[in-house]
Amino acid sequence: MTLSLPALLSQLLLGLVNGSFYAMLSLGLAVIFGLLGVINFAHGALFMMGALFAWMGATYWNIEYWVMLIVAPLLVGAFGILIERLLLRRIYRLDPLYGLLLTLGLTLLIEGAFRSVYGVSGLGYDPPELLDGATSVGFMMLPNYRAWVVVVSLAVCLGTWFLIEKTRLGATLRAGTENPRLVEAFGINVPLMVMLTYGFGVALAAFAGVLAAPVIQVTPLMGQNLIIVVFAVVVIGGMGSILGSVLTGLGLGVIEGLTKVFYPEASSTVVFLIMVVVLLVRPAGLFGKEA
Amino acid sequence: MKKLAPVCYALLLVALVAAPFMGAYPVFVMKLMCFALFAAAFNLLLGYTGLLSFGHAAFFGGSAYAAGYLMKALGATPEIGLLAGTAAGALLGLVFGLLAIRRQGIYFAMITLALAQMVFFVALQVPFTGGEDGLQGVPRGKLFGLLDLSDDRTMYYVALVVVVAAFALIVRTVHSPFGQVLKGIKENEARAISLGYDTARFKLLAFVLSAALSGLAGALKTLVLGFATLSDVHWTASGGVILMTLVGGMGTLSGPIVGSAVVVMLENKLGEIGSGIASLTGVQWFGTLGESVTMVTGLIFVVCVLAFRRGVMGEVQAFVVRRRTPAAPAAVAPAHPTAAAATGSR
Repeated sequence: MTLSLPALLSQLLLGLVNGSFYAMLSLGLAVIFGLLGVINFAHGALFMMGALFAWMGATYWNIEYWVMLIVAPLLVGAFGILIERLLLRRIYRLDPLYGLLLTLGLTLLIEGAFRSVYGVSGLGYDPPELLDGATSVGFMMLPNYRAWVVVVSLAVCLGTWFLIEKTRLGATLRAGTENPRLVEAFGINVPLMVMLTYGFGVALAAFAGVLAAPVIQVTPLMGQNLIIVVFAVVVIGGMGSILGSVLTGLGLGVIEGLTKVFYPEASSTVVFLIMVVVLLVRPAGLFGKEA
Repeated sequence: MKKLAPVCYALLLVALVAAPFMGAYPVFVMKLMCFALFAAAFNLLLGYTGLLSFGHAAFFGGSAYAAGYLMKALGATPEIGLLAGTAAGALLGLVFGLLAIRRQGIYFAMITLALAQMVFFVALQVPFTGGEDGLQGVPRGKLFGLLDLSDDRTMYYVALVVVVAAFALIVRTVHSPFGQVLKGIKENEARAISLGYDTARFKLLAFVLSAALSGLAGALKTLVLGFATLSDVHWTASGGVILMTLVGGMGTLSGPIVGSAVVVMLENKLGEIGSGIASLTGVQWFGTLGESVTMVTGLIFVVCVLAFRRGVMGEVQAFVVRRRTPAAPAAVAPAHPTAAAATGSR
């Protein structure tokens, strides 16, 4: 097999980029599941909203990428808070399966609404000028934007980890995951915490969406297939540990990238195949505690 | 209820037998029957075992492809196509089941969804499924080499016999000791284990049975409509069958029939319904309703989960129970999913 090192490295980088999205999305899913007990199927649709908001900002109002990187997650976060307040709050006492079904319905609503306006073809979105082009790092040309995506995603993931594992706020959050009634007895407003957690989780998805806009084609359906891969990532990693889901996401992105080089036919199925193997060998997931 | 239900079923059967003579379009009714069987097979799992599979499109679509390929490329007769489709569904179900049953609840749903997505990509890539176009123009052939199915009316009665037989099997299963154990698992798995039942085996068996019948529905769909496409294996088909069961009432035998009728009608006639409302109310916006089937589907999902969890037949049952026992308000079912199964099974 003839393979140039730069080609391999560039696929590897692309894999890391995808892995960053997996990491951020599965992190958000895990945080939401921990506190709300809801698997947020709408995560993919909200990721898409982030990307599409960035595109709309640039196309209609000439708003820069950097502004949208902050504004889009805030908007989507606010939308998420609305969802939590009006809809999710009504089903917490039911079987968790209803949460999946409700967010599935929301996904169809959101994607259907955007599709009726923007169709299904890809909308182009250019990376910001500052990050255009590539830098030579000796053995390869490093595309600036992709490097930025990986670095900033890692920073956000680690920041989230620090927030949840090392701060007082995070300790309260973890206590709420463990026993919400007891935490409430200590005078902490648990419903507010739950609402903000959902908002934060979906804002994270929207942030990933804005980051993805210049790399992946922006379409109303861009989140659909992604969310299913992220589900597989969550099954593989288990939702027990934050660093675990970040590592799993990145690792699977890299494996997927390498598969594209060595056996492209399997690149869309490799994550699912790994899931099968993990289920056979370690059913609880690589970092999972629950059976 | 005990006396009412058989009468309703008999009336439905008479209506179905008479339908082609009453001006109903046989192909559409057959399509309805295929999806009713699919939903009933799915309900066996969700409604009676408490397992939410998000991957049933793989069985339905995979079998649609298997049957289509056999009949089109290899010239197999329809009965072989149907049997092979059922077998393909059962086999896929066995693989899915063995893997997914290793995890519980929400993970079970995610695993089945991911596995079904894998089947979707395989169907997209392997050469014999026809890629984006799917398998088109699958011949109906002659049943047992005798009955020419290319005649819509002959096909209709064959399909009716197959669907009624499969439905009878489902009813029998639900009322069998096996079905009672499944209900026991649904209500309290730990209790079933402590009573000595090997619940993993029961769940696997229910899963395979449900997958096999979904496969039969998929193969029958290919036979009736003459094509198998990627939309049959797409995850939205799994979502569709969940919706049918939810709308009709999970854990009720007749629910999936009602639910599939509602959902299939809606998908096919939404445009007409929309323009009807538009001409009635004068609001032009409703005229474009046909283009937003996805949104309407999503809306129904949300409404059902929030306010209508018992589904149509679940509500009917609750109503009948209320009428029967006016003095005992405690008999009114609580809004919990298991309640539908507890109040009766017809």
